[in-house]
Amino acid sequence: MSDIIINDEVDITDVMCPVTFAKAKVALEELEDGQVLSVLLNAGEPVRNVPRSMEYEGNQVLKLTDNQDGTFTLLVKKGGTK
Amino acid sequence: MAFSNEQLERYARHIVLKDVGAKGQEKLLNAKVLIIGVGGLGSPVAMYLAAAGIGTIGIADADVVDLSNLQRQIAHNTEKIGTAKVESAKETINRMNPDVTVHTYQTLVTKDNILDFIQDYDFIIDGTDNFSSKFLINDACVMAKKPFCHAGILGFQGQLMTYVPGEGPCYRCIFHNPPKKDEVPTCKQVGVIGAMCGVIGSLQAMEAIKYILGVGELLTGYLLTYDALTMEFRKVKLPKRVANCAICGDHPTITELIDYEQSECAGV
Repeated sequence: MSDIIINDEVDITDVMCPVTFAKAKVALEELEDGQVLSVLLNAGEPVRNVPRSMEYEGNQVLKLTDNQDGTFTLLVKKGGTK
Repeated sequence: MAFSNEQLERYARHIVLKDVGAKGQEKLLNAKVLIIGVGGLGSPVAMYLAAAGIGTIGIADADVVDLSNLQRQIAHNTEKIGTAKVESAKETINRMNPDVTVHTYQTLVTKDNILDFIQDYDFIIDGTDNFSSKFLINDACVMAKKPFCHAGILGFQGQLMTYVPGEGPCYRCIFHNPPKKDEVPTCKQVGVIGAMCGVIGSLQAMEAIKYILGVGELLTGYLLTYDALTMEFRKVKLPKRVANCAICGDHPTITELIDYEQSECAGV
């Protein structure tokens, strides 16, 4: 993880679906292609759906880490699969 | 642009769409759409555009709400009978979405004021009920290089087309001149099924939204017709811009706007 430069962070643990992905997407759209967003998200529905939605829109999921406190940290590279 | 948490929630289903996103929602919030005629067609247009977060909506209509409007004009209600339609519609819009700034013009749109009205808007909706206004809106939009969506409804039938400057024929390329008075039946005589306004008006709202987002294909160069009884949509390919069209042709013969004698085509 140390070799990945994180360009911005967003916490989506305070919102429910579908605002979870919307909030992450708003943060990602502020970045340039190739930059990395760190997303703090809750276990359960968000961790099942947000990474998948990110990939569906042509971004690359770099890493998904279980923080062992009911949250996960998702590193996503904007447009990484294009 | 920074969305408030309330905006994130309100527009979440737009923002998560691949073809909209935060940037698209921002375009909608920055867009200005003028709806001329807020009756049968203009009601669903105003309501869907308001819900979508079109930041500025202009509404022009001279009429007051009449009981006989309420079978189809869903932006108005029984309590609003006798109230100006623009005020009634403004209240409906404001209740739906406080993000929207509404400008009201309680007047007939004529050759003398239409260019002033349309100049501040990105897209124009023809929600009028008479051929005079329809040709006036077309001619003014061609002159001012503004895109607009035409629609007409009568009985169980409806149609619409979209004009974008330089990208296809205008309304006059296809329909040339208004029919003579009493040549066509009016909505008052023939009637119109109320839900037709919802079908066709919603399609007009969709055209405005797609134009603003810059996604998909518009009904430029096509007339979409809908027959509710046979449940058929037909997308009719129109000829290219008519070179000798009186308004958008190579040598326009109409150089000043015209107020034709009012000839109703549908009690929209």
